[in-house]
Amino acid sequence: MDLALILSTLDATLRLSTPLLLACLAGLYSERAGVFDIGLEGKMLAAAFGAAAVAAVTGNVWLGLLAGVAVSITTAAVQGAAAITLKGNQLIAGVAINMLAAGLTTFLGIQWFAQGGRTPQLAPGGRFQNLTLPFANELSGVPIIGPIYADLISGHNLLVYVAFLAVPVTWFVLYRTRFGLRLRAVGENPKAVDTAGISVTRLRYQAVLITGLLCGLAGAFFSIAQGSGFGNNMTAGKGFIALAALIFAKWKPVPAMLTCLLFGFLDALQIRLQNTDILGVQIPVQAIQALPYVLTVVLLAGFIGKAVGPKAGGVPYTKER
Amino acid sequence: MSALRPLPRWADILLLPIINLVLAFVISGLVVLAIGQNPLAALEAIVGGAFGSGYNIGYTLYYSTNFIFTGLAVAVAAHAGLFNIGGNGQAYIAGLGVILVALPLQFLPWWVTFPIAILAGAAVGGFWAFIPGWLQAKRGSHVVITTIMFNFIAAAIMVYMVVNVLKPAGVLAPESAMIDPAGRMPKLGTFIPWFRNTDVNFTLLLALLCLVGVYVLVWHTRFGYTMRALGHNPTATTYAGISNSRTIMIVMTLSGALAGMVAVNQIVGVQYRLVLDYVADAGFVGIAVALMGRNHPIGILFAALLFGALYQGGNELQYVIPGLSKEMVVVIQALVILFTGAMEGMFRPGLQRAFMLFSPAQKAEAEARNVAKSES
Repeated sequence: MDLALILSTLDATLRLSTPLLLACLAGLYSERAGVFDIGLEGKMLAAAFGAAAVAAVTGNVWLGLLAGVAVSITTAAVQGAAAITLKGNQLIAGVAINMLAAGLTTFLGIQWFAQGGRTPQLAPGGRFQNLTLPFANELSGVPIIGPIYADLISGHNLLVYVAFLAVPVTWFVLYRTRFGLRLRAVGENPKAVDTAGISVTRLRYQAVLITGLLCGLAGAFFSIAQGSGFGNNMTAGKGFIALAALIFAKWKPVPAMLTCLLFGFLDALQIRLQNTDILGVQIPVQAIQALPYVLTVVLLAGFIGKAVGPKAGGVPYTKER
Repeated sequence: MSALRPLPRWADILLLPIINLVLAFVISGLVVLAIGQNPLAALEAIVGGAFGSGYNIGYTLYYSTNFIFTGLAVAVAAHAGLFNIGGNGQAYIAGLGVILVALPLQFLPWWVTFPIAILAGAAVGGFWAFIPGWLQAKRGSHVVITTIMFNFIAAAIMVYMVVNVLKPAGVLAPESAMIDPAGRMPKLGTFIPWFRNTDVNFTLLLALLCLVGVYVLVWHTRFGYTMRALGHNPTATTYAGISNSRTIMIVMTLSGALAGMVAVNQIVGVQYRLVLDYVADAGFVGIAVALMGRNHPIGILFAALLFGALYQGGNELQYVIPGLSKEMVVVIQALVILFTGAMEGMFRPGLQRAFMLFSPAQKAEAEARNVAKSES
């Protein structure tokens, strides 16, 4: 493999990891606060539709992003109401959200745009363009570092940088702020948090809304950054890969980034490996597609390390009277 | 304020689901209204599409057949306190077992192949649920996450198997060879002309048998008691000397086997071959069916009929009212899951209070209060 091929594969890895990373960090906030979220997929899908619909109508990418995030946060609030206030089953709430998003996006898409569920192709102003980082062109002549900077690091759209910037931010919030400490505590032992006079409900809502925000960015990435318009079920199970990545990363931000990069790399590899032999053996594409799920099952089963989630995860908190 | 008393049984199994269903319909109706269509016309189109003639009813029953199986799969697991979200994957991969016996046996009469296909579908579907069960029982990984992952793994395996193994040479579409016409199971329309050439077939009878079977198993056998006890209190079953891990593994296998019957309906009964994605999310509909039906076979029968009607009616909807697509039904179904499954707390306390107002105990208490007031 030459440098150009390696760089283009890694470049694709960054792009494919971005929505996974955003969704994975989204899930991290909610699950560290003790609210299981298998509705990441649905929130992303709803956001992707909202963003594309508004960007198509207004021609403004920022309004599109705002709409995507707003849709996702609203969806998260509904899920939060079910899981926190009404003390419902968090898993079933997630299933319902996924189904609602799948049904409503297609239904409204067909009705509003009459293109079989697709939104109209976006004009250049309606989607995030690739950014060229400073000095990228000047440095591209420098051997090795030049191409890496110019081709791999520079030249992505804004949301890619936001996703990778969200990792240190999440780390800082989680481990270096009072809010982060309380967030982690409420996922492990809500009673202790309650006893300290802090509202469990409020904290969990805050976490769930942050989840909504990040899922909104992830969804917008699909329809107004990577793609230019919404297509039926365009998130295609990425929300579940993000969930797998979250478990694989044991609910920690930096491992989450590494896992998403790994899963993104597998995805990039899978596209390049279509119908090619490696040492005379043809690896089925499906095997690579299934690998993130298989790895997660194996990890959960404790065959490689052990993944133990937040202790109070999935249990609605009821104050004793 | 005294503690809320549980609802009367009829309110719990009938009133509450109906309130939630009505709410789901009202909200979907508002969505239809918001986009400038008439929700009542839509409802009329759905009902007509589902029950308008023998033809429509035939298709409704065909959909219901699948939903009975997946609903039972979710319910059986739920009685043991397990949430099997992998019905889709189990139903999908079971097709492998069904087609691998159906093709070699295609020259035998269908009534020989049918029971063998049932066993094969149950075995493969059951196996696909047994692994998550085993992983939960012995390795402590959560059955929900594992079954989600297994849905995707099943999809990858099936694409590989259909494209690389089962697809006959020279066929372009990703599907297996057809079962020989001589070995195909006739549809019910052959015997009851009223159904015409719809997809409803003998698998419907199998579904009804499964309903009875699950009823007997859950409420009238020792094992049924064991699994319900596990669902209520795993610690108690442990102290009673029951092996929880054994129960979990058996229940998950049964659940997967029931989901696997979808493959029998689709492959032996309807399509006579294995196509990609034939499950069409029936596994997820099963969650709605089980929640609506309160995990009881009678409830599941009615809920499966309801969703069968919605699916068939939804298919017809787009022809009656241009612009309204069948995804409307997915929205209704999602709302039913949301309200009955996750937002149960919305109506239950209010309803409990309403019932307590009229309960004899409450009346006596109020009278006592009045007496005390007048005496002081």
